[in-house]
Amino acid sequence: MLTLYGTSFTSRLLLGTAQYPSPESLRQAVEASGAEIVTVSLRRESARARTGQGFWGLIEELGCRVLPNTAGCRTAKEAIATANMARELFGTNWIKLEVIANDDTLQPDLFGLVEAAAALSAEGFQVLPYTTEDLSAAERLVAAGCTMLMPWGAPIGSARGLINREALKTLRAYFPDIPLVIDAGIGTPSHAAEAMEMGYDAVLLNTAIAKAGDPVKMAAAFAKAVEAGRLAFEAGLIEPRDMASPSTPVAGTPFFKIDHAS
Amino acid sequence: MKILLNGEAFATDAKTLDELCARLGFAEAKIATAVNGSFVAASSRGATSLADADEIEIVAPRQGG
Repeated sequence: MLTLYGTSFTSRLLLGTAQYPSPESLRQAVEASGAEIVTVSLRRESARARTGQGFWGLIEELGCRVLPNTAGCRTAKEAIATANMARELFGTNWIKLEVIANDDTLQPDLFGLVEAAAALSAEGFQVLPYTTEDLSAAERLVAAGCTMLMPWGAPIGSARGLINREALKTLRAYFPDIPLVIDAGIGTPSHAAEAMEMGYDAVLLNTAIAKAGDPVKMAAAFAKAVEAGRLAFEAGLIEPRDMASPSTPVAGTPFFKIDHAS
Repeated sequence: MKILLNGEAFATDAKTLDELCARLGFAEAKIATAVNGSFVAASSRGATSLADADEIEIVAPRQGG
């Protein structure tokens, strides 16, 4: 079971709700993914279009736990105000905290992130911080009140997978008991499986499913990959080695002569 | 009075944030608000007076990653 802020979940796949070809495709993809947590945002509401009112009905139908984000916020102040608006709108203390530093990489501004995480934790929020693999930032976030962390795999929407594997392994080893979720950059089911094999507790993704040729089929593929990766981690992976090691028994090999062994 | 509503110039004579929201047809809508960068809870909108050049944000649920 995946436990985040005291709530347990069967699925280890968290799904974004943006960029699907249609609301129906989103609904079916969420179902096929088995996700129990979906991310949402808040955006300016036009008095004429009233776009958000219809979307809220769809989200309620999904029956998932809602995780609002602060996507697009550039400062701790913006993120704190957005988190408060999200808490009132969605009726949850959970916030996927994003403070963005740079347009090209959409990388977290770790300084603003830590500042906002501390302020929001003090206001009773349960903060799910979108961070990097940086260890000192991770320590500051934990000290600020975060009981889980969401390091990026690669820049948002880049589909490049885990581009800093060694640092992600270090982060996992450094925080053996804190739930760690790979958030962003996952492009393929094998990326997700790799993260799970490394012992990450869950993955959060959006674009890889929403923009796939068939989002519903891809959602099913990711569900299997996440489950496979988790099972493999629990089973215990073998260590890689440089040289070959025969898997078929050597003893009793036909035509075997001792000089072949040298 | 001229305010900035969701980033655009907007003329209104609404006295409070609550009144502004109602005039926009948001009285029963699923929205949240901020004034000049700070969150204003639904319960505080009636007591939040508007002033010239105030920057108002009115947001609603949307797809997100």
